[in-house]
Amino acid sequence: MTASLLLTEQTLAAQRPVLFRYALLQLRDSALADDAVQETLLAAWQSAAGFEGKAGLRTWLIGILKHKIADHWRRSAREAVAPDVDRTDDGEAEEDDYFISSGHWNGGPKAWADPEAALKQQEFWAIYEVCQNNLPPKMANVFMLRELVGLDADEVCREAELSEANYWVIMHRARLRLRECLEIRWFNNTLQDKRHA
Amino acid sequence: MRSCRNISALVSQGMDKKLSLRERFAVRMHLMMCTRCRNFQTQSRFIRKAARRYVDALQSRLDNKS
Repeated sequence: MTASLLLTEQTLAAQRPVLFRYALLQLRDSALADDAVQETLLAAWQSAAGFEGKAGLRTWLIGILKHKIADHWRRSAREAVAPDVDRTDDGEAEEDDYFISSGHWNGGPKAWADPEAALKQQEFWAIYEVCQNNLPPKMANVFMLRELVGLDADEVCREAELSEANYWVIMHRARLRLRECLEIRWFNNTLQDKRHA
Repeated sequence: MRSCRNISALVSQGMDKKLSLRERFAVRMHLMMCTRCRNFQTQSRFIRKAARRYVDALQSRLDNKS
């Protein structure tokens, strides 16, 4: 019962932003995401006794949220479109060619000209999106849980059912891939005059 | 001497957890001499920043839609 004492409305509300981002990425609709989060918090508040405090509040809430999201897909009978990122495993066995056998960079990160300026340009965001979508599904999922939703590393591991070692490898590769993609598609091009594709 | 593969992996880990003293030292020493690993660190931080902006923008785009 002590656990439920901790579950005040404020404690729950504090988790709202993370839950919202999680729901948003799955549902791609802020109104739907908002509803799902609302229902989650309500359900959590009503069943505060069900919270055992073992896995952490956020993990517990995300568990509830996942059900709410699944309910939504079931209701809207759009399961065919529902993102299914957990199943595919590609990208994990992939041999990395970012380094040569001695462990030195194969090519490797060049200096980027004015990345801050890129953030202000719409074309950059289109490229960013392409690069992010180009990650293999499982890698994209892990990357998004960490960097877009804002979960901690151990929460991502629980969420994606990863060992810690696996997590480090996947995030390392995700960053290598993303930076390479951005370099090729954006930062290399900006050195010359940028043509619109 | 740790390799760039190894150091960049530590740089990546360092963004998600606190490295041990020994690891931090190894990274710092390496980065002093290695431009590419230094670029990797800067760029990984940039990607983090971009990811947050991206999700913020996504959020407001969807907010405007509804």
